[in-house]
Amino acid sequence: MSFTESTETITGCNVRFMRGGKGAPLLFLHGSSGAARWAPFMEKLAESYEVIVPEHPGFGASDSPEWLDGMSDLAFFYLDVIDHLGLDKVNLVGGSIGGWLSAEIAIRNQTKLNSLTVVAPAGIRVKGLRKGDVFLWNAEETARNLFHDQTYAEQMLATPPSKEGLEVILKNRLTTAKLAWEPRFYNPDLHKWLHRISVPTLIVWGGDDKVVPAGYGPAWRDLIPDSRLEVIENCGHLPQVEKAERFVELVGGFIGEVTR
Amino acid sequence: MKFYFMHLMPYADLDLSYDEKHNSAWVTLPNTFFDPKKGHQLYNRYLDELEYADQLGFDGICVNEHHSNAYGLMPIPGVMAGALARRTKNVKIAILGRALPLLNNPLTVAEEFAMVDNITGGRLIAGMVRGIGAEYHSWGVNPAFSHERFQEAHDLILQAWTQPGPSVFEGKHYNFEYVNVWPRVYQDNPHPPIWIPSQGSSETIEWAAHPDRKYTYLQTFASVSTVARYMKMYKDVAAGYGYEATEDQLGWSLPLYVAETDEIARKEAKEHIEAFLQKFLRMPMEMLLPPGYTSVKSMVGALSAKAGHAMKQTIDSVIEEGKFICGSPATVREKLEEYQSQIGFGHLLTLLQFGTLPAELTRKNMEIYSKEVMPYLRNVTSRKAA
Repeated sequence: MSFTESTETITGCNVRFMRGGKGAPLLFLHGSSGAARWAPFMEKLAESYEVIVPEHPGFGASDSPEWLDGMSDLAFFYLDVIDHLGLDKVNLVGGSIGGWLSAEIAIRNQTKLNSLTVVAPAGIRVKGLRKGDVFLWNAEETARNLFHDQTYAEQMLATPPSKEGLEVILKNRLTTAKLAWEPRFYNPDLHKWLHRISVPTLIVWGGDDKVVPAGYGPAWRDLIPDSRLEVIENCGHLPQVEKAERFVELVGGFIGEVTR
Repeated sequence: MKFYFMHLMPYADLDLSYDEKHNSAWVTLPNTFFDPKKGHQLYNRYLDELEYADQLGFDGICVNEHHSNAYGLMPIPGVMAGALARRTKNVKIAILGRALPLLNNPLTVAEEFAMVDNITGGRLIAGMVRGIGAEYHSWGVNPAFSHERFQEAHDLILQAWTQPGPSVFEGKHYNFEYVNVWPRVYQDNPHPPIWIPSQGSSETIEWAAHPDRKYTYLQTFASVSTVARYMKMYKDVAAGYGYEATEDQLGWSLPLYVAETDEIARKEAKEHIEAFLQKFLRMPMEMLLPPGYTSVKSMVGALSAKAGHAMKQTIDSVIEEGKFICGSPATVREKLEEYQSQIGFGHLLTLLQFGTLPAELTRKNMEIYSKEVMPYLRNVTSRKAA
């Protein structure tokens, strides 16, 4: 695995980064379980891109800043991050609440973006289409509901976290609650402004997602003008983990297509 | 020492086999388990018990707040306090709610408490809590802001009670152009006594013991060793602030059953206290401790402790830990006298009805306790004070 780790201070907040590969920049924004490890899909993406994976403020080894009260704070913070890193024509990819965050960034300022990929994003509400209650699930229910293929769940359950690992899990849950407890995993205003996203957008969903149901996919596609929806069958909430190869192929194909 | 009769008003008619299908008596237990005909009977029976405590010479009665559960049927405790305000004459009425962070407008509590205080001519004790974790699931309120909302709501209520209105309140979660609560509190020198019930938290103790507040810290349902530890912590914090905490600043709330003999007490209480422990309190960790409810550090502790002894609580285990006092008048007197002299609490809140304990046993418990335990302890502790 070829990646480097660093900590950078941005707007007074220490942020842990993992980086690997060369090529056009790809900024991956993680979901509620954080990004402690360099995952196989990151390694695969790093064959073609400069992959940059920060841990959000309030997650993992990054600071929990006083100013972080909600998703809007995080979205503006990432505009600072993009400036700080001097990124241009960046391919922004985000999963779950990271997908929500990516869309919040794009509606604020998309001048530095080349493309946007959202993977099973939270962030909007379709009435009657209920998201899973991740705050009430225990460890076993969480593992089982995250994946379609239960061998992934069993792997996850077979290795209970260490004390330090548990601290990180709880820190991540706390920040997730700050961002998403109420209103539950959405911003009531976001759907009104998604039409402003003008960069090419790919929406990826697992057909068997029990956290944010795949029924949300068409709603996102309809709200973002230049967007395409790809549903991966027999896949849960984390296509980048459960169907890593297919995921990388979709993202790579899409970025290749839209890069002039 | 002062004696209080505390009620939770459980749904005692709960079908106890509910847990074959449901993992908790809270949040998600369907309210179809509640039969309003039985509810009508229970509410009136429980109110009668609270009124009876006034006649039996208790110093106070306590109502409580919990939401969406079978454990306690007082989501809006002010309704009970209002009913009791007119039907009791001497007792203090402690409202142990209200769960301030759950509210979008905490001034409703300033108003409600002020009304009860006026009606009773100053018999109100004002409880302020964060609510237990399950409440944040039921009410949808973000637990990550629980602490800040509690502080801010408290400051707002205190301002409403102590500063002439109208005044302005500028907070993060709450903002008011006109804080001007009518009626003013009856106990206006400076405000009604404030009690802070807690399951045990050093942050809460630091805050309650501060010289600006000196609020009564009330330890709820915990082992004697835990109670002793937290009360010592309160005294130490007070000493650190340069003053000596009085007994009036320390209270303990626990279930108690007293009967003719130790054997009778244990036999009569067993099924009902075990229903309380195993059925009414039943709750998974994710419900009890949502993110932000306690610090990450104490949550890691709680989760590791849980892994250590995930054993079922029984009448024997809770008697052993001193979480439940049960026995003959002599046994109960002896234990309370010992604990009081060790720990030095000034308010003892006894839950004399718990779980499925029926009306006749509740009354018998209240009578024996008030006649054979309370007077003895009153003498002992006043002799000690003198």
